[in-house]
Amino acid sequence: MTLTNQPPGGGFFPRDRGWQPAALTPQYKSSVARSPSRALLSMPQTLSEATAPVFGHNIIGPLDNDLIHNYAAEGESAIGPRIVVYGRVLDETGRGVPNTLLEFWQANAGGRYRHAKESYVAPLDPNFGGCGRTITADDGSYEFRTIMPGPYPWPNRANDWRPAHIHFSLFGRGFCQRLITQMYFEGDPLIWLCPIVDVVPHREGIEDLIAPLDMNRTVPMDARAYKFDMVLRGKRQTMFENRVEGM
Amino acid sequence: MVQKLDQLKESPSQTAGPYVHIGCVPNFCGIEGVFPEDLGVTMVNDQTRGERITVTGTVYDGTGTPLKDALVEIWQADADGIYPGNDPRGAADPNFTGWGRRAGDYTTGEWRFDTVRPGAVPFPDGRLQAPHISFWVVARGINIGLQTRMYFPEDDTGKDPILSRIEHQNRVPTLIAAKTGEGEYRFDIRLQGEGETIFFDI
Repeated sequence: MTLTNQPPGGGFFPRDRGWQPAALTPQYKSSVARSPSRALLSMPQTLSEATAPVFGHNIIGPLDNDLIHNYAAEGESAIGPRIVVYGRVLDETGRGVPNTLLEFWQANAGGRYRHAKESYVAPLDPNFGGCGRTITADDGSYEFRTIMPGPYPWPNRANDWRPAHIHFSLFGRGFCQRLITQMYFEGDPLIWLCPIVDVVPHREGIEDLIAPLDMNRTVPMDARAYKFDMVLRGKRQTMFENRVEGM
Repeated sequence: MVQKLDQLKESPSQTAGPYVHIGCVPNFCGIEGVFPEDLGVTMVNDQTRGERITVTGTVYDGTGTPLKDALVEIWQADADGIYPGNDPRGAADPNFTGWGRRAGDYTTGEWRFDTVRPGAVPFPDGRLQAPHISFWVVARGINIGLQTRMYFPEDDTGKDPILSRIEHQNRVPTLIAAKTGEGEYRFDIRLQGEGETIFFDI
């Protein structure tokens, strides 16, 4: 059957390169020597792009979505404002993306990462590692608990600061949906000063990365809540696929 | 006015940053005890079918300096050309994951995958593509993950449906690994400038 050579579901929507950041963004200096200078080569999607690894719920441990406790000593917890981050992973058609692996990492409440190459003067929190993961539910929803990360200075221009943020890695159903992005927090004035945020060419795109406070999802006397939906490339769904005549 | 399409836009990509290890390979960067092992480190086991190979490489920037903070992922078919996971053609070798993830060494920038030689996978029109491994590269300074492919030097890539339609045929060798020993391949990725690897928009 020739049909089985087609990417399942007819393939993914083309990536909108005018919506996504360009490779070369001199305000973010590291991009200057790390950006391809030749045009990307467009090619049709094949099974190599339309398939992706599937991770089972069995890889997820009970504390993987609890950064307050997953690195903490017995009976202790990470320092910082306690928050819940929740939302859905959707595709561009608005459908939830179920059973997909989400990984997230962040600095501690003082803006310090647990990493050998990190040199910021703010102290490590012995009870905070900074990584977590979960798998989305059948409707694409997810939730985890953490502490609010701190902003921090970084070597770029003379005085650049990262707004508080959480990094996300997403898989989806096709390897060409693979995406890494960052979540920012409503009301942070550093968002509009950050050269890494500024690589996103449209203001609406930046706003898509800012999580609003949701008082209705807070845990009273415990944790505030921020909602963060993420969108992966959509999949074409039509009975009229582009098949060779007569097939 | 017309009806609304009611479609969403893909979330804008942001760099993985220099601390991508914390989230993706925490054990590699010394955060132990949270996850039992880093995902993607082990692709094969004793039962995996096919020829064992290693793929080693380094990502270089436009000045020729190795990236010491890159994260590289690969995705490939099993020895019979079937993808593990969600291939609509059927089940792949249950002893093969198809997906690998490695961080470059902190000192040299080098990474290595222990895997098997992939079988050929069809193009949508039914022609077979030359066997290949898909790569995805992220790092500080890379705003959106870079996609490329590695092919094998022994294979006839001249008729490959993708490689044969590339206008700048003098760039095709950037996609072909070097054989450095029995079952050993080297695939260096150059982000910019002389010998710049072909990256795809797929």
